[in-house]
Amino acid sequence: MKQNNLKGWLYLLPAIAFLGLFMVYPLVDVLVYSFEEGYNFASQTDMGTGLYNYSYVLHDPYFMQAVKNTFILVIITVPLSTGFALVISLALSSIKKLRDAFQTIYFLPYVTNTLAVGLVFMVLFKRTDYTEGMVNLLINWFGGESVDFIDGPYWAKMFVMCFYTIWVVLPFKILILTSALASVNPDYYKVAQVDATPRWRVFTRITLPMISPMLFYLIITGFIGAFKAYSDEVALFGTNLNAAGMNTIVGYVYDMLYGDSGGYPSYAAAAALILFAIVLTITVINLLVSNRRVKI
Amino acid sequence: MKVVLDHLTKRFPNRNRKIKTEVVAVDDFTFEIPDGKLVGLLGPSGCGKSTTLNLICGLEKPTSGRIYFGDDDVTNLPPELRGVGMVFQNYALYPHLTVLENILFPLENLKGDKRLSKEAMRSRALEAAHLVQIDALLERRPAQMSGGQQQRVAIARALVKMPRVLLLDEPLSNLDARLRLQTREEIRRIQRETGITTVFVTHDQEEAMSISDVIVVMEKGVLQQIGKPQSVYDDPTNLFVAKFLGTPPIDVFNGEIRGGLLYLGKDAVLPVAGYREGKVTVGIRPEGFVPDEKGPLCCRLVGVEVMGRDTSVVAAHPALTTNTMRAIVDTDSGVDPNALEVRFSLKSRKVCLFDAETGARLYAPTV
Repeated sequence: MKQNNLKGWLYLLPAIAFLGLFMVYPLVDVLVYSFEEGYNFASQTDMGTGLYNYSYVLHDPYFMQAVKNTFILVIITVPLSTGFALVISLALSSIKKLRDAFQTIYFLPYVTNTLAVGLVFMVLFKRTDYTEGMVNLLINWFGGESVDFIDGPYWAKMFVMCFYTIWVVLPFKILILTSALASVNPDYYKVAQVDATPRWRVFTRITLPMISPMLFYLIITGFIGAFKAYSDEVALFGTNLNAAGMNTIVGYVYDMLYGDSGGYPSYAAAAALILFAIVLTITVINLLVSNRRVKI
Repeated sequence: MKVVLDHLTKRFPNRNRKIKTEVVAVDDFTFEIPDGKLVGLLGPSGCGKSTTLNLICGLEKPTSGRIYFGDDDVTNLPPELRGVGMVFQNYALYPHLTVLENILFPLENLKGDKRLSKEAMRSRALEAAHLVQIDALLERRPAQMSGGQQQRVAIARALVKMPRVLLLDEPLSNLDARLRLQTREEIRRIQRETGITTVFVTHDQEEAMSISDVIVVMEKGVLQQIGKPQSVYDDPTNLFVAKFLGTPPIDVFNGEIRGGLLYLGKDAVLPVAGYREGKVTVGIRPEGFVPDEKGPLCCRLVGVEVMGRDTSVVAAHPALTTNTMRAIVDTDSGVDPNALEVRFSLKSRKVCLFDAETGARLYAPTV
């Protein structure tokens, strides 16, 4: 028995070594960094331990701006993208002709490079010396005033940000939801039809409960993904996100480490742990809600 | 409610798009299901029986022909307006709803005048649950019940809106052998108590024979025979029906009529007057063989299986179309299991003659 145990551990050793080295150790290290005050990379020295890093980060207006941006992004994009994905999947599964063609079109953004997509959005929204950008041309067409979406007012930038995020996350959600819809046994719909169930009731009482596990999976991963947003912002607004006022929490962490004003691993670690606390809280709440609601 | 199918035909486009031919699932069906009867649609897989059921239900539209419920032409009505109750093969109970919620579901769909008050709905649902004897399970979910219990819930759900016709698609095929016996009695009882015209589909002839008032035998989309189970069994119209009904199955021989006598190989087994001379196919029910030392049919004995109630004699004969035949005889008929040969005389009532080419039944001329 004992020997068997030993053997088992031996088999696990490579995985444990890798995970320990590249996941557990850095995680613990982040925790340590976050409590070491004034840690210096070069000299590997600190000036004592305490909660100063957290206090600094929480009083940093850039961090508070990043938190605000991230929360707005999460609250707007997660429900909207899931809702749009649901509507589009329902439409896709109710048509027969050209369904594959539409599915391919909707899935294209998923296989397209983020930066390439960012470039397309530039064409749509960015004002250059030669053009106002496509969206502005449209607005002008309808008699509206041009808006600078990239360097202009906060709401315009936030709009582009959310629009972009929703557009990027849609394909995956559509893929998951169309397959979830397809896996519902058609007999349920036949029974509902024989029983003269109104369409809306079929949707709320049969379809939604049947796909609710997938829906909650998408909502949870959507929350986590949106909280980790960073690369999309860079693609749209460039690397100096603080100046653009469009930084996110992950962006703040990155800036603290490597940005022009960087070199503060302790602040970065504290910010990362705050983000971890936020994501953990939201996920636990999500799971609690879904345990009560998802019954299958 | 009487159900009438009038020259009903359903063709499907072939699944393989390169082949332009159509598949005829139901071919020119005409028959009448009497009011308040339990009817079994019987046939091998792919014979179009489920399509027939879907046509009656309204889930499929016929290519041509008409369907009447009583005097109403319902051919073009969608299922929700026909007033049918349907039980699917896999029951299709909503897994996220309790038994009571499942049974209430059809009632909650009713609109306008038909809409019942909350209390009335509940009492109707309880009544239906009581009818199928699941009163104790109302708060369970489908996953927490056995197949037989789920079946009952599905029947209760179909009955609760008081349909004019109840349709059951392979109601017993998902149940184990013991439950199947129990459940088919149950279906019979429920049908008797409610008096609702009920049509069920099955490929199991024993199931159909045991509980139906009327059985409808189908093959390859073509109606073969309709009648009371016993009369279809005793008097099949063709070789297919004869072979499909009965366990153990009918024994089939290649025979010949010469000089007013029916020959199986060299054995002249029965006098048959008035038939055309020549080759025929002969079907003999297993209970049509009587062990008789002086009997005309001489077979090689393969084995004797004692079943308790009766004895099954397995034998071989050169004229058989299969390797061996099976005869069901009395336990005290004294067949020696060690003998090499066994002789039978035949009960003429249990012998059916069929055309050797078409398989159609040959009838004795009525003089």
